[in-house]
Amino acid sequence: MNFLADITNALPETILVAFGLSALLLGAIGGDRISGLLRLLASLALAAASAAAFVQFGRGEAISAFASAELSPNGLYRVTQFTLFAKGVTYAMASLALFMSGGFLKSAQMERYEYPLLVTFGSLGAGMMLSANDLMTLYVGIETLSLSSYVLAAFRRDSIMSAEAGLKYFVLGALASGLLLYGSALVYGFSGGTGFEVIASAPTSLGLIFGLVFLICGLSFKASAAPFHIWTPDVYEGAPSAVVAFFSTAPKIAAVALLANVMFVAFGPHIDSWQMIIAIISALSMLIGAFGALMQNSIKRILAYSSISNVGFALIAIAAGAELGSAAVLVYMTLYVIATLGIFAGVLALRRGGKAIDTVADLNGLVKTKPGIALGLLVLIFSVAGIPPAAGFWGKLQVFTAGIESGMLWLVLVGALASVVSLGYYLRLVWAMFMKPAGEPMDRTDVSVAAIVAISTLVVFPILTIGIQFLLSAAAQAVVG
Amino acid sequence: MTGPMILTLTTFLPLVGAMLIMGLRVLGGASMASSASKGISIVTSLVTLAASLVALSQFNPNVVGYQLVDTAPWFGGSSYKLGVDGLAISLVVLTTALMPLCILQSITSIKDRLAEYMIAFLLLETLMIGVFCALDLVLFYVFFEGGLIPMFLIIGVWGGKNRLYAAFKFFLYTLLGSLLLLAALVYMSIVAGTTDVVVLQEGLNPQTGALLFPPEVQTWLWLAFFASFAVKLPMWPVHTWLPDAHVEAPTAGSVVLAAVLLKMGGYGFLRFSLPMFPEASMLFQPLMFALSVIAIVYASLVAFRQTDIKKLVAYSSVAHMGFVTLGIFSFNEAGIQGAIFQMISHGVISGALFFCVGVIYDRMHTREIAFYGGLVHRMPVYAALFMLFSMANVGLPGTSGFVGEILTMVGAFQASTWAAAGAALGVIFSAVYMLTLYRRTVFGEMTNEKLFEIKDVTGLEFFILGLLAISALGLGVFPGIVFDLTQGSTMEVLRMIGR
Repeated sequence: MNFLADITNALPETILVAFGLSALLLGAIGGDRISGLLRLLASLALAAASAAAFVQFGRGEAISAFASAELSPNGLYRVTQFTLFAKGVTYAMASLALFMSGGFLKSAQMERYEYPLLVTFGSLGAGMMLSANDLMTLYVGIETLSLSSYVLAAFRRDSIMSAEAGLKYFVLGALASGLLLYGSALVYGFSGGTGFEVIASAPTSLGLIFGLVFLICGLSFKASAAPFHIWTPDVYEGAPSAVVAFFSTAPKIAAVALLANVMFVAFGPHIDSWQMIIAIISALSMLIGAFGALMQNSIKRILAYSSISNVGFALIAIAAGAELGSAAVLVYMTLYVIATLGIFAGVLALRRGGKAIDTVADLNGLVKTKPGIALGLLVLIFSVAGIPPAAGFWGKLQVFTAGIESGMLWLVLVGALASVVSLGYYLRLVWAMFMKPAGEPMDRTDVSVAAIVAISTLVVFPILTIGIQFLLSAAAQAVVG
Repeated sequence: MTGPMILTLTTFLPLVGAMLIMGLRVLGGASMASSASKGISIVTSLVTLAASLVALSQFNPNVVGYQLVDTAPWFGGSSYKLGVDGLAISLVVLTTALMPLCILQSITSIKDRLAEYMIAFLLLETLMIGVFCALDLVLFYVFFEGGLIPMFLIIGVWGGKNRLYAAFKFFLYTLLGSLLLLAALVYMSIVAGTTDVVVLQEGLNPQTGALLFPPEVQTWLWLAFFASFAVKLPMWPVHTWLPDAHVEAPTAGSVVLAAVLLKMGGYGFLRFSLPMFPEASMLFQPLMFALSVIAIVYASLVAFRQTDIKKLVAYSSVAHMGFVTLGIFSFNEAGIQGAIFQMISHGVISGALFFCVGVIYDRMHTREIAFYGGLVHRMPVYAALFMLFSMANVGLPGTSGFVGEILTMVGAFQASTWAAAGAALGVIFSAVYMLTLYRRTVFGEMTNEKLFEIKDVTGLEFFILGLLAISALGLGVFPGIVFDLTQGSTMEVLRMIGR
């Protein structure tokens, strides 16, 4: 039966839909009392979805596209090694981000049953957009993710900052969605279809390029690449930390992988038209991310700029084209989100008198009060910064290799410069933790959060430093084809 | 993994010690870890020294090429590959031999957070040994840049007043150079398909036998490597991070910085720049000579004007590193042998000088030259040892400093008379600033009342400085120990550069 086969092909998403809908029912009956249970179940469901994606990946079931429609005869949905890998990481990150948010939600009095559901549906949207083989699927996926994200950003209803973050995110996000839709309409008009294969086989025309540019603008917004990054620091700062831990990991890798997918699959033959655009966005992101954070005092704002900068690095690999860049994108983003998840776990772990820490000065003397977490954060920060022997360096190496191999040495040199500048603020965090006198004592750390810090630290160094071959060969199988 | 494993053992033993202390610190608390760290770090550094001596005893200086090679597949065109030649093994032994002394000194002078300090120090040792043993460019880079992290922490946490500035400057300066090296490394791995140093040194495509890097490409690659090594060495005009880092670092940090970290620059030129890019190295010989001579003369003059003892010694390091580059780029046996010897000798002498500064700094907590004077009246043993090291730094015959300087100048003279003449000027200047320093701190009347109660060296300090004095004199009288070891590597470098 064709329908059943399609459901099995999209197994990870099917799991999430089935769980999400039944949990919605449960939540409506049980209310906020069962929010803890739902959170745990949602975390498990996401883990199961991640496992399903990785099992499919391991079997090498590149099913390409299915669920055909009139405008995209090849299918609306595609499952390739590339999307499976990205999905697996996305769901795993969402699962962990949800798992470690318990203590924070309790102390911030945000224990509502909607929270795990929104994360589940958001991740579902991320998975759908990754698997998009058609501009319509792409839009549905992006909006599923975005609408969940807007609500999540404003989840702390009694906080003005959070409401502002949600509103800002929504207004700018709606604008980006408008750009995306307009671009899609142009692309459809000039290529005669919305399916990626149709677009790929269409001749390059001025209208198509116009549509492409609008599409890139919309997607860059979702990936928070400069110059469409303005919302990022504000949303990161205003939204609750547990939500930002989700934002900066699962949707981030999904958005970058989506951009790669659209560029490589739908616009692969038109690479000459977009390569320079992506390269310039990449350079801008790296530089703005590096310079922007230098004068910030809020940890979350710094991490926001750091994510802008890191997305810029990943874009180097996208600019390098499908053949050279697709594995590098996955490696870079995977290493980045693992380390970022660990850093946010560390930030969530640190509370003073029930209040989450906020400024760099709050980290002062952490090595004396919480040596384990300080050590973990040190390793994770250097990984995000791409300094060996932390594994983040391998991501940088892959991306630089892709960049130089495709003849964009200038972009790599911009990246090198941005690396040095961004070290200015990464080192400031280290400086505060290790070299400043200790402040007030911290609250006790939740075991679940401390475990995530420890695990991500060990993964970043030494496990992946030595065993990088596993990640590289996995990503090498996931070349966009 | 295949190979005799002795180098892997030597490299990662300190890491094991660091992990042990780290475990104690996280699980057992600060006070327990800090007392246990003393024993653990001393034992670790001594065992590492023993391991490196075993490696030295297994090393056959008459065999050309790399020995004691350990390999394991890693990823892509890169592998985990450690191996040494005479140059590398001598620098490894220099590192492992200085480390126990540094740790002994630190145990008495570091009062705050000793466990964390030892973790950083042992980690640094692993990374330093790794730099000299790595026979794969990527592996080398990992060790090379990884070393920034512990050194940043050592300067930043246990440094002096202005440590923030010094630590950031050290890190960012060095990183900028390293990233250009990274870009070049990536390019080379794409072209050659491997990052194996041995293959890259031969410079020929293993399949076709064609030249991997034509001269015009070599020029750019050479410049990228140069950016990294020149900062590390440091050469004029990118030396300015060094005085700051030295002044702010704790005594043992300064010792390691001067004795080992600076050598990575010279090592990099000899191991990578010359063999891999011979044409470009020839092309840039005049530039290197000019920069070396400027470094020697300029840094010596600047040293003369310093009011801080550590800064003075730091500038003298810049000058002495000028001799190293001068010797390396002479492209003859005397020059390169001299440069290698100068690196080792400078490791001993500058290390000892920083220890000497540390002795009086621990007592008086100032490094102002004007504060001191007449130390000979209260500290005769110290005065004698300090005298010896000052003379060695000047290059007095009989000390190791003389052999290195004279050989590099002989080498340079064969290549360029002018460069040798400029360098000779530097030798005179070095006597000027060192003797002035010595006269103003040690001789004369003791006028500063605060100094009246100053005590002579303790047993431990005497032990450390005594060992270094024996090394400085021993190397000066029997330089053959080093030359026999490094002869093979020197000839290999000369063969690869084609002369």
